[in-house]
Amino acid sequence: MGYNSFGNVLFFGIGMYVTAVIQVGLVYDVAVYNSARGGGGIIFTFDVEQYAQGLAIGLPAGAVLAALAAILVGSAVLGMRGQYFAVCTLGLGFAAAQIASGWDLLGGGSGMVPPTPPEAFANTGRFYYYLALGLAAVVFAFLSWLYTTRFALGLNAIRDDEDKAEAMGHLTTRIKVTAWTISAFFLGIAGGIFGNVKRFIDPIDVAFPGGTIGVWMILMAILGGKGTIIGPVIGAVVFQVTKELFWTYLLGWQRVALGLLIVLIVVFFPQGIVGWFSRRKPPILETQAS
Amino acid sequence: MALLEVSDISKSFGGVVANRGISIDVSDGAIVGLIGPNGSGKTTLFNSIVGAHPIDEGKVRFSGREISQLPIARIARLGLLRTFQQTRIYKQMTCVENMLISISERDRGFLSLFANRHATATDKTSELLEFVGLYEKRHELAGDLSFGQQKLLEFAMALMNEPRMLLLDEPTAGINPTLINGLIDRLKRANAEFGITLLVIEHNMRVIMDLAQHIYCLAHGELLAAGAPSEIQNNQLVIDAYLGAH
Repeated sequence: MGYNSFGNVLFFGIGMYVTAVIQVGLVYDVAVYNSARGGGGIIFTFDVEQYAQGLAIGLPAGAVLAALAAILVGSAVLGMRGQYFAVCTLGLGFAAAQIASGWDLLGGGSGMVPPTPPEAFANTGRFYYYLALGLAAVVFAFLSWLYTTRFALGLNAIRDDEDKAEAMGHLTTRIKVTAWTISAFFLGIAGGIFGNVKRFIDPIDVAFPGGTIGVWMILMAILGGKGTIIGPVIGAVVFQVTKELFWTYLLGWQRVALGLLIVLIVVFFPQGIVGWFSRRKPPILETQAS
Repeated sequence: MALLEVSDISKSFGGVVANRGISIDVSDGAIVGLIGPNGSGKTTLFNSIVGAHPIDEGKVRFSGREISQLPIARIARLGLLRTFQQTRIYKQMTCVENMLISISERDRGFLSLFANRHATATDKTSELLEFVGLYEKRHELAGDLSFGQQKLLEFAMALMNEPRMLLLDEPTAGINPTLINGLIDRLKRANAEFGITLLVIEHNMRVIMDLAQHIYCLAHGELLAAGAPSEIQNNQLVIDAYLGAH
């Protein structure tokens, strides 16, 4: 809808913390767990059932709370437009990181460790890979459906001319809040999974990483093609592969190379890979397709 | 009965009084013109009526209901719609998409947005695009149309919305003179066939005298004259306002 949100890490982090707290909280006292820090000889173990139950309840709960946060915050900030909104959302991520850093129940600045998987859960890497893949597939299917609705047209209308959409009777703020809530819901699940993959939730670098993942999310979408369904998927793959190559072959300069890439994408490639190809498609094809 | 009653509207921007104590009535089914020299407050009056900015004083009643405190989208949902002087369409969407997102939201809940975009009104889309002569270009991006065609598209979008009343801000400005007659004809047909009440800002005197049954003339933010086109044409105050008094 033409709004760049740098604040999506807010929902990512909320999902992550909520999932971890519920995973732990179903079995142990969260405050005791987070203050133990491996000292005093207390060992917290989770059997398979406890671990599975924690995930099954934690991930949806994280998603719902992230969505609720989007409704609350969105109603307040989505009256703002364009760059004002972008800057405001940038602040949201940082603010959330600071709050989490000062919240003792969540382990404060030392962060929080999600439950250690039980022995029987041997291949957790593969397990979370398939979980994330499944989430990606569900999101893709959901968005494919959403693109066929009038809601998608409403978002595009807001992108093209918000005043006009309003003058035509569209409740633009409500449309925007709804869109943000949907993205927050899925981001909450993604955050819950990511925290368990990392096995350590640092409030600034893992839960609310506005400067890294928060920006990367937007870059992946721009690189692939904003406003397309397949674009962000392609963008994410290309971006991740490129990033890994930089880390492998340009070690020491990887941040510089990545920064350069970001500038190049935004300046010379704003329509993205999919956008670039569809611009070159002869109009006759589009006519037949629709 | 008057569909739109504007009573004693005033609006200032800092020290500039754009509208001062303006009252106009538009009766149901009428075509009413609004004229006046540049800067006389016509567009400000439109903005005041549709809720684009808060008014300082006065009341706006639409269909008997006080609307001056309502936000712009709510007023549009009541069936009081405006078009813009600088044509506004959704540029990166096709003509068909522009039309489909313009159907009336009046009796629809928010959740109806999640219906399939082609579930409703595709026939009406074709009909109206045909009506304004854009059917052949229906799959083109609206931003690629010429200015005049964009204006026609905006008009078709407004009709798609099935408003009870339409405020048109200079519908013929920037349109090829040979197309103007066609547009006037369409405006009249929209009024006669679809029963849409029209309030039209227009600088082209030939157009407005032909179109409107009743005309209001503004000057310096105040209502200068009102009456039938023939009376306005011969009103010395109006002539002075446009040409300057001796």
